[in-house]
Amino acid sequence: MNKLALSDEILLQIDKPARYIGNEVNMIRKNLSEVDVRFCMCFPDVYEIGMSHLGIQILYDMFNKMDGVYCERVYSPWHDLDKIMRDKKIPLFALETQSPVKDFDFLGITIQYEMCYTNILQILDLSNIPLIAQDRTMEDPIVIGGGPCTYNPEPIADFFDIFYIGEGETVYKDLIECYRKNRDNGGSRTDFLRSAAKIPGLYVPMFYKPSYNTDGTLASFEPIYDDIPKNITKEIVMDVSNTFYPEKPLVPFIRATQDRVVLEIQRGCIRGCRFCQAGMIYRPVRERNVDYLKSMAKKMLKSTGHEEISLSSLSSSDYSKLDELLMFLIEEKGNGVNVSLPSLRVDAFSLDVMSKVQDIRKSSLTFAPEAGSQRLRNVINKGLTEESILNGCSLAFKGGWNKVKLYFMLGLPTETREDMEGIALLSEKIAECYYEIPKDKRNGKVSITASSSFFIPKPFTPFQWAAMCTKTEFLNRAKVVNGKFKEMLNKKSMKYNWHEADVSVIEGLLARGDRKVAKVVLNAYQNGCIYDAWGDSFDYGKWLKAIDDAGINLDFYTTRERDLDELFPWDFINVGVTKSFLKKEWQKAHNEEVTPNCRIKCQGCGAAVFGGGVCFENKN
Amino acid sequence: MKIRIKFAKRGVLKFVGHLDIMRYFQKLIRRSSIDISYSEGFNPHQKMSFAQPLGVGMLSEGEYVDIEVNTTYSSKEAIKRLNDANVPGIEILSYKLLDDNAGNAMASVAAADYEIIFRDGYKPEGFNFYEKFTEFFNNSPEVNVIKETKKSVSRLNIKPYIYNYSGTSDTLKIRLSTGSAVNIKPELVMDAFYRYMELPLPDFTFIYTRLEVYGNDSCNNLIPLMDFGKDIL
Ligand code: SF4
Repeated sequence: MNKLALSDEILLQIDKPARYIGNEVNMIRKNLSEVDVRFCMCFPDVYEIGMSHLGIQILYDMFNKMDGVYCERVYSPWHDLDKIMRDKKIPLFALETQSPVKDFDFLGITIQYEMCYTNILQILDLSNIPLIAQDRTMEDPIVIGGGPCTYNPEPIADFFDIFYIGEGETVYKDLIECYRKNRDNGGSRTDFLRSAAKIPGLYVPMFYKPSYNTDGTLASFEPIYDDIPKNITKEIVMDVSNTFYPEKPLVPFIRATQDRVVLEIQRGCIRGCRFCQAGMIYRPVRERNVDYLKSMAKKMLKSTGHEEISLSSLSSSDYSKLDELLMFLIEEKGNGVNVSLPSLRVDAFSLDVMSKVQDIRKSSLTFAPEAGSQRLRNVINKGLTEESILNGCSLAFKGGWNKVKLYFMLGLPTETREDMEGIALLSEKIAECYYEIPKDKRNGKVSITASSSFFIPKPFTPFQWAAMCTKTEFLNRAKVVNGKFKEMLNKKSMKYNWHEADVSVIEGLLARGDRKVAKVVLNAYQNGCIYDAWGDSFDYGKWLKAIDDAGINLDFYTTRERDLDELFPWDFINVGVTKSFLKKEWQKAHNEEVTPNCRIKCQGCGAAVFGGGVCFENKN
Repeated sequence: MKIRIKFAKRGVLKFVGHLDIMRYFQKLIRRSSIDISYSEGFNPHQKMSFAQPLGVGMLSEGEYVDIEVNTTYSSKEAIKRLNDANVPGIEILSYKLLDDNAGNAMASVAAADYEIIFRDGYKPEGFNFYEKFTEFFNNSPEVNVIKETKKSVSRLNIKPYIYNYSGTSDTLKIRLSTGSAVNIKPELVMDAFYRYMELPLPDFTFIYTRLEVYGNDSCNNLIPLMDFGKDIL
C-alpha cells in the first residue's frame, strides 16, 4: 500500500475521503522502476462522476497493457479539499502512486462537457503546471485533451499541448513511441510536439494560427509550418468487437454514479437528429458482436462483483441483435443480477422485457420527443410520432405502468408558440389515454413529468448555423409552456420543469467559441469559477464579468445566425460527415423535410470514407 | 447455513465508511463465488448482517459479518477465495459455521477491545500512557460523561463499563462495553481522561484499532464472536 499524499488530519476533515485514497478493486499496480512512461488520466470532475465514465476505464486498461507504461488516475478535488490544497500548497497527486501529477510524462484529460472547462484549469493549477501551453517546459507533463468537446477545441486550445481527435484506442501507442524516440534523441518539447503533430488525429494547437475578419468571424486557419497538416481527420475504431475493453474495470469504494457493469453495445447512431452532435461525430454506426458482448458481460460481472448491468449506446433500440442481448440479460437476472435498461422504443417486446427485469409500479416509461409538434419534430428530424408515443403509452398503461417521463428541448430553430404549447398538449393526450382505461383496470393515478432543456447549437450538426435564444427568451418560452400546462384538464397528473437558462447560455458560448474565448475561460477560473456543471457552484455573474473583461461579445457567439459560407473554428477537423451534407440538412430543416436513417436509405453523408460500419452493411 | 466471517480493516481502508464496507462485501462475495442466499422480491439482496459499525478513521483486527449461504466451501477454501478477491487492507481472518439458532452478529455484541496509540506528533513530552491512565482510573471514583442520543442528553458514569485495560508507556489496550445495551466508544474514555489531566485534547490525537469484539455465552462469559462458530473442514 502506498503512503497517501494527504495526511490523516486532512482526510478526516473532508467529505468522502475515499475519493482520494486509490487502492480500489482492480486498480493496476506497477513497479515504477519498470516503467519509463507515466501517463496520468484525468476526468475533470468529482471522483464519483469520473469513475463512472467508460471511456477512461477503456483507456486505463489499454495503457496499462503497454509495456513500460503506467497509467494512473486523477479527478477534481472537491471544493473542501481544493481549498485546503491551495492553503497548504499541496500539489495535486495521482491516485495509484499518490505522487504529484507534475512528475508524469503525460497528463491526459477527457473533456466530456463544456461546463468542465474551469475544472481543467483547476487541475493544471493545483498540479503546478503552467495554464498556458506555451509557458511549459521539459519539467511539465505533455497535456493532452480528448473526448467529444475536442471536436471544437478552440476555446481551450491555449491550455493544451495536444488534442487527440477521435476514438482513443488507435494512435496512443504511436504517440508514446514518438515520445520515447524524442527523449532518446535528446529532443526538446517543441521537437516532440512537431513530430506528434504528424501522427493522424493529433492536433497541436500552438502550430496553427487563426486570422479574423473585421466582423470577428474567422478569415483563415493555417498551420505555421509547412510540415504540419492543414486538416485533422478524426481517429476511429472500425472493428469494435476486436479492440480494448476492460475485462476488469475498477470498482470504487464509494458509490459512483454508475455503480454497475456497463456494456457499450455500439458506437454511432443511424438516426441523424439535427440537433445532436454525438449522432454526427460518431458516424458511422458500428455494432459490437453480440457474442463478444455476452462474454464481456460475464467476465466483468465476475471481476467486479457488481450486482447490476446496463447497456450503453446512443440508441439501443437500433442495435440489430437487441432481442438476443436482452434475453441474455433476463437470464442473468435469474442469477441475481439486476438489469438497468436503456430507454427502448416502447412496443410489446420491450414492455415484456421491462416487466421481467424491473418493478412496473416503480419504473417509468421514457420518451424523448424533443419537440412538442409534429412540424417541429420534422424540422429536427426526430422520427418519433405522436401516434407511436400514444400507442406505446396505451400498451404500457394496459400492462400496469402509470409513470411517464418526457424530454423536450426549447428554443429550437423555427419554433413557434404552437410548437411550445404542443408540449403541454401532448402530455394531456397521454393523460387522457390513461383515463380511457376502465377504472378497475388502472393502477392508481397517472403521473407525467415533462422536462425541457434549452437548445444549444453544437459544431458538426446541421444546426451549427442556428441562432441560440437569449436567457430571457428561453425563460419566456418555458413560461409559455408552463402556462399551457396550467390550462390542461389533467394538470394535476402532470409536472413540468425546465433547465437553468443561464448555464445554457455559457455552454452555448463555449460550444461554438473560437480561440478568443479562451480568455473568458481563464478569467472565469481566475474569478473563482470551478464545478460549473454543478448548479450550486455555477455563478453566472462571475462568467458575465469574465466575458466583459475579455472584451467578448456574447451575442456574436450565441444569438447570431451564421452565414452559410462562414468559416467555422472547427472546420479544420474532418469527422467524415461533410459540411455540404450538414448544409443540405440545415436547408431541409427549414423545409420541414425529414431525412430517413442510415438503414432505410443512405444519404451519402461522408462517413463512408472510414470504410465500414452501417455504410457497408448488406453490401458485400 | 449461517456463516460468521471475521476480517481486518487496515491501512487506507480506514477512510472507507461502514455503508461502503457493506457494499464492498456484497461485491466481494460475488467475486469470490460464495453461494450466498438472496431474499425474495424484485431486487433480491444478499442475506448479510454486520456487527458493530466502525467509525471512519478507525482500524480493526476484529470486524464481523454474518451471512447465510446455500452451500459452502471449507473454511480454508472460502478464506482463500475471499482473500484472493480482496484489496490489500481488507483481510478475511476466519470463516465459521454457526448454529442455525445462533443470534446474529449485531445482536450478540457485548464488549470490544481497542488499542489506542498516539498519532505522530501528538504525544505530550515524557508522557507515560499506561501510568497516567492508571492514575486517572484509580483516582476517579466515577467517570462521568455526557451522552447524547437522538432523543436525550444524559449523564452517565462509564467507569463500570471499562472492563479492563493494560498497556505500556506508548499504548493502551482497553475493553469497553459495546453493543445495543451500553455502547461506550473509546473516544469517550479518552475525552474523560484528558479532562481529568486538565489537558486540551486536539482532534486526531489518537489512532484507534479495534482488536476484537465479544459476545456473552450462556454463562455470561465474554467470548470472541468467532468462537461461537465452528471451522468447516
Ligand atoms: S454514409 Fe450513409 S450509411 Fe454511412 S453514416 Fe452516412 S448516411 Fe449513414
